[in-house]
Amino acid sequence: MTDNKLINLVNITKSFGDNIVLDDLNLYIRENEFVTLLGPSGCGKTTTLRIIGGFENPDKGQVIFEGKDITKTAPNERQVNTVFQKYALFNHLTVAENIAFGLKIKKKSKEYIKDKIKYALKLVNLDGFENRMPDSLSGGQQQRIAIARAIVNEPKVLLLDEPLGALDLKLRQDMQYELIRLKNELGITFVYVTHDQEEALTMSDTIVVMNQGYIQQIGTPEDIYNEPQNAFVADFIGESNIIPSIMVEDRLVNILGANFACVDAGFGHNKPVDVVIRPEDIDLVKPEEGIIKGMVTSLLFKGVHYEMEVQAHGYDWLVHSTDLVPVGSEVGIRVDPFNIQIMNKPESEDEEAVELEI
Amino acid sequence: MVKRFFERFYVGLILLFLYAPIIILIILSFNGSKSRAKWGGFTLKWYKALFQNQSIMNALYATLIIAILSAFIATIIGTAAAIAINSMKKTPRTIMVAITNIPMLNADIVTGISLMLLFVALKYTLGFSSVLISHITFNIPYVILSVMPKLKQLNPHTYEAALDLGASPVYAFFKVILPDIFPGVLTGFFLAFTLSLDDFVITHFTKGPEIHTLSTKIYTEVRKGIKPEIYALSTLMFVTVLLLLIIINRKNAEKKEPDKKV
Repeated sequence: MTDNKLINLVNITKSFGDNIVLDDLNLYIRENEFVTLLGPSGCGKTTTLRIIGGFENPDKGQVIFEGKDITKTAPNERQVNTVFQKYALFNHLTVAENIAFGLKIKKKSKEYIKDKIKYALKLVNLDGFENRMPDSLSGGQQQRIAIARAIVNEPKVLLLDEPLGALDLKLRQDMQYELIRLKNELGITFVYVTHDQEEALTMSDTIVVMNQGYIQQIGTPEDIYNEPQNAFVADFIGESNIIPSIMVEDRLVNILGANFACVDAGFGHNKPVDVVIRPEDIDLVKPEEGIIKGMVTSLLFKGVHYEMEVQAHGYDWLVHSTDLVPVGSEVGIRVDPFNIQIMNKPESEDEEAVELEI
Repeated sequence: MVKRFFERFYVGLILLFLYAPIIILIILSFNGSKSRAKWGGFTLKWYKALFQNQSIMNALYATLIIAILSAFIATIIGTAAAIAINSMKKTPRTIMVAITNIPMLNADIVTGISLMLLFVALKYTLGFSSVLISHITFNIPYVILSVMPKLKQLNPHTYEAALDLGASPVYAFFKVILPDIFPGVLTGFFLAFTLSLDDFVITHFTKGPEIHTLSTKIYTEVRKGIKPEIYALSTLMFVTVLLLLIIINRKNAEKKEPDKKV
């Protein structure tokens, strides 16, 4: 990754009919960066990608590519290639012909095309598939052909629109590693769209969390996970306890009537805030050792950990722990100061936590 | 056992009703005797006479030219129209589909007379070109009807994928869209060709005195008394249409095969 801004979206606004999909969006993407646009359906992430690809024209704003305004440039004249959600392979052409499609248009020599097909198939681990028809391939294989078809053109940017959405879990995880490997081998910029937070956290250099046409937060996966800027981001990325609280003073927050030490400052005195505590950051201790006391009301075995709910001070705390605490036990709750994340109260609807339907 | 017999008997009865008249016609076309009541031995002389009859041959020639041209032109216009309709928003699309469907449901006689009135009103001389225009007109809806389902099946992203890979819109259409919808286009062409070949009513009203197609020719001949050549001609027409239908069905069946595997 360099600091060189490859793509710069400036004041992009786009609406379909009365529905404003993107509202004054500003975003830049650096060279060799793996950027993920993450958000629930309808948040504008795919529209953003399609604007970069040239399939949608923004109502307002500019798309700057390597310093040049390409807002009005047709998709076939842009140095980006797209991997579409449902592969969009050409079913009447063989795998080799699919991959050669872009190269033939660029009038590359036969030998060059042949070498490129071989190279691309090797890269996506599908050697020897040249003469197969797309219909005869599995979903994962088709997706890899779609990726091969895009990368042989040596684009500066590869746009991927939920490319793993239709694959089953195991295959999706394998493909995530493949994509990271590809990105490192090719050294090109990836712009990736997904609603799957785990996918985003695994692969990205930078995550752009979007909701209702606005960017909620931009940051590294660690930043986004550990320091969500608002309830929406906290709720969307992983599971969390979001509890309305009072910031008593710097580094001290009153959660449900009990004072917890924290590391945040600068919110003012006695100011209402939201507190985010990840379930795995809550320590269950003996009742007398806890800051607040509660009772375990449910217990689920999740494989890696137990998922428990602890009723304490009128709130159901979600707790992940590798230690089993039986239902009905009295427990104390402790949280280390650096695991308490303080957020300002939402200023608008789109920053609020949402119920997700995926 | 009895049930199966009745099933077969019933199917046989239906087929008999459907095809008996045509079979009689075919048999008569090979009848050596001119009489319809008497079998005069197998002969091909009516076929020979048919091919020597200049006016019938002219009608055949006109029919084929009109069928091929009208089917070809209607296929181009219809396919373009289908693509346009398919890319419309929902409400205008529904309206357009309905509008293009109406001519198919409309009685031929109404279409025929309306077209004739239109040509007369425009002072357009009735003849070969007016028949051709009429045939193109009534064929277009059938082409749209055959192409639309293929367009609906099309993954909307394949066209974008082609553009994305550097194809111009025209190149993308011919290399990506057309091959995918081609079975529908071909069905539309054959359907249009068959309908044009088959049409009597609309042709009758729009043809003017100078020109005959086979169906209008047969009609005129029959009024003068039926010659066995007409049986031969009708047999040939029936066989042609039958062959075309078999080709269309075979094409569709082939296309369906790969789907079954999935």
